[in-house]
Amino acid sequence: MTPMLALVSSDVTTAVVDGAAFSWLGWTLALPAISAVLCTLCALLKVPGKLPAMLTVASLGASFALVLQFYQQMPATPITIHLAEWMSFSWGPTDFHALQAPLALYIDRLTVFWMLFVTGLGTLIALYASEYMEADVKSGYARFFAGVSIFLFSMTALVMGGNLLLLYLGWEGVGLASYLLIGYYYTRPAAVAAAKKAFIVNRIGDLGLALGLFLTWRCYGTIEFSELFSRIASAPSNAPWDEALIPYLFMLGAFGKSAQIPLYVWLPDAMEGPTPVSALIHAATMVTAGVYLIARMYPIFLVQPDALVVVAWVGGSTALLAATIGMAQFDLKRVWAYSTISQLGYMFLGLGVGTTFGACYHTFTHAFFKALLFLTAGAVMHGFAGQLDLRHLSGLRRVPGFRLVSWLALLGCLWLAAIPFSAAYFSKDTILATALGSDRADFRFLGWMGLFTAGLTAYYTFRIWFRVFAGPVHFVPGNDSHDADHAHAKFHPHGPRWAIRLPLILIAIGAVLSGLPGYIETFAHKENWAQWMIAGSSAVEGAGLSHGGHAEHADHGHLVLGMDAHKAASLLSGILGAIGIGIAFWIHLARRSAADSIRRTIEHTPLIGWIPRAAERKWYVDEVYHAAFRMPLWMTAHVLHFIDKHIVDAGVVDGIGRAPASLGRVFRPLYGGALQSYAVTMAGGIGLILVWLVWNWVRGVH
Amino acid sequence: MNPLLAIAADTSIIRVALLLSALLFAIGVAGFLTRRNMIIMFLCTELVFQGAALAMIAFGRLHGNLSGQVFTIFILTVAAAEAALALALVVLLYRRRETLSAEVWSELKE
Repeated sequence: MTPMLALVSSDVTTAVVDGAAFSWLGWTLALPAISAVLCTLCALLKVPGKLPAMLTVASLGASFALVLQFYQQMPATPITIHLAEWMSFSWGPTDFHALQAPLALYIDRLTVFWMLFVTGLGTLIALYASEYMEADVKSGYARFFAGVSIFLFSMTALVMGGNLLLLYLGWEGVGLASYLLIGYYYTRPAAVAAAKKAFIVNRIGDLGLALGLFLTWRCYGTIEFSELFSRIASAPSNAPWDEALIPYLFMLGAFGKSAQIPLYVWLPDAMEGPTPVSALIHAATMVTAGVYLIARMYPIFLVQPDALVVVAWVGGSTALLAATIGMAQFDLKRVWAYSTISQLGYMFLGLGVGTTFGACYHTFTHAFFKALLFLTAGAVMHGFAGQLDLRHLSGLRRVPGFRLVSWLALLGCLWLAAIPFSAAYFSKDTILATALGSDRADFRFLGWMGLFTAGLTAYYTFRIWFRVFAGPVHFVPGNDSHDADHAHAKFHPHGPRWAIRLPLILIAIGAVLSGLPGYIETFAHKENWAQWMIAGSSAVEGAGLSHGGHAEHADHGHLVLGMDAHKAASLLSGILGAIGIGIAFWIHLARRSAADSIRRTIEHTPLIGWIPRAAERKWYVDEVYHAAFRMPLWMTAHVLHFIDKHIVDAGVVDGIGRAPASLGRVFRPLYGGALQSYAVTMAGGIGLILVWLVWNWVRGVH
Repeated sequence: MNPLLAIAADTSIIRVALLLSALLFAIGVAGFLTRRNMIIMFLCTELVFQGAALAMIAFGRLHGNLSGQVFTIFILTVAAAEAALALALVVLLYRRRETLSAEVWSELKE
């Protein structure tokens, strides 16, 4: 263990330098936007071939190159790059009478850290998709890549934006891209429903982010990061209640985007989208936006330590819940979806217990190995006509064309299971060690829960690998047949070609290299690169293994089982992982019938018999949400619709409309078309007035 | 005071004038209601006018000023103009249907 770097002076967030010299970095933002426009044009003009894919890969690759270029010459302090005026209002003398939101970038090491894997993986996955989506060249190919480009543009705005409004723009933009791409197969009702669900659930979280943004401005008078952090640090807010609310609102936004309890239900359904989308948006990048938001706004969270406790509890519980559901799913992509939720839970646990370094590092490593897992699943799906049920796939390791995919999947599985000396082993154990070494008993409990979850993770991960990739060769093709000619002929799985293989290999290399900072820290006793990156950012206060807000080395923290927390976490998670893999090996490879008999035994045991079925049905969370929220809303909507249709419309509006007509019907007989009858009416009226006058005159009333 | 009005208001002549005006008005209305010939109906409206004009003069006499006679001059002028217009209309209507009866014109009912 290296000694924790001395807490970088906290003015790292206050000394902001104007980075006009780096204004070329604005192209990172502009290139995906241009690509989105061009891809949309391709879609409108029905350009055949793979031109949209080339445009997207080229522009994303250029973005990545720019980020790398910037990384080479990155200044020590955060910089702001003013690109253009955007929103700027002023209606009085003080800061509270003005809103400044220029089109500016705020670049610190956290930004670069995120941009490196967002643009890097974006490029590789777009390349992968160029082959994966080739069956759609005549239909939705350009539309797909337009969606990917919109996503990358929005994600860039989210991560690099210099103020909360730009972040919010990106936040909504990635939500839109996610909606468009989940609903890519818009003829499938399930895909449309999943897209709607993702959009609506995210909307709940987005409301939190929007309100948090408003309150931030109200409390601190600015939403620009360069000003905001120093104000949070220096001046107490003028509205303590509002200030206390901000982290909870941001948290709600983060839980929606990053699929945490209670808003995680959209992510498994989002697997209806094409697999590259699942890999890029719903595993590697977009879902980490919540982690980014909390890391970026960490100074606000540090003001309210109770908020971090909530983050920790939600993260820990989500990790456990999603892992239990993932154990019982049969769809390959769904298992990876639940594991994504579970891993995101770990990241939130890390943020909550005060190690932004662990959380961000885990985001980084997870991005690579989870993209790898999804892309191998995609290769399987592509080759086996959409088959993803692990009961109908076996022994792919021995199927020609799938050997590479199988070994890369094994790498991804090992990394997900966080076996010792994998990348996730370093990142996840940082989180667990911080939790276990905490002064707080509830954080220590969450640490033990995380360790237990690590065991479950190892089990469900290798359940997949032993079922699908190992064992005797056996497969049933799915229903999506690419060629109608071969639909009835004998099915031949086709292995992936270079555009799928190359990104897979590069991402696998990335997954291995993402562990490099951990190796160097462990073996060469040098500073951890990821930690150095996080420490130079707004998340600095939590970069060290801090306990209750003050940085302290884990060695001085709480002892776990008589050991230093870091050592204990490594040892215990290694042992639990080995047990999980061992059980998976035994019941899913060595004796596959054992899995069924164990399940039967459990199902016939009183008291716990319901567990396997309930886990398979996702603990009925969707059903509970349906009964608790959707049904009441649905019923209210119908009651209100009834009121609107039969009372407001039919009664009030139509009634007013009918009144003149009915009044007219009363007087209509008077107007029969004979001229003299009108004259009689007039004369009669005059006569009545005369009678009335005479009557009054006779009675003496004048 | 105007020398024309110097004669003391003789209420008896005013009474006769008012009676005559009421008679003219009533004959006009009765004729308008009972006849179908458009020219006759138009003549009847002229009678109604003259009844009103006569009442104006009578009341002017009663009040000892010239307002009633001024009104009458206006009524006669307007009635002359209106008569020219109305007779032209009647001629046009006659050309359309070859009859002067008002009963054939009822397109605007309901």
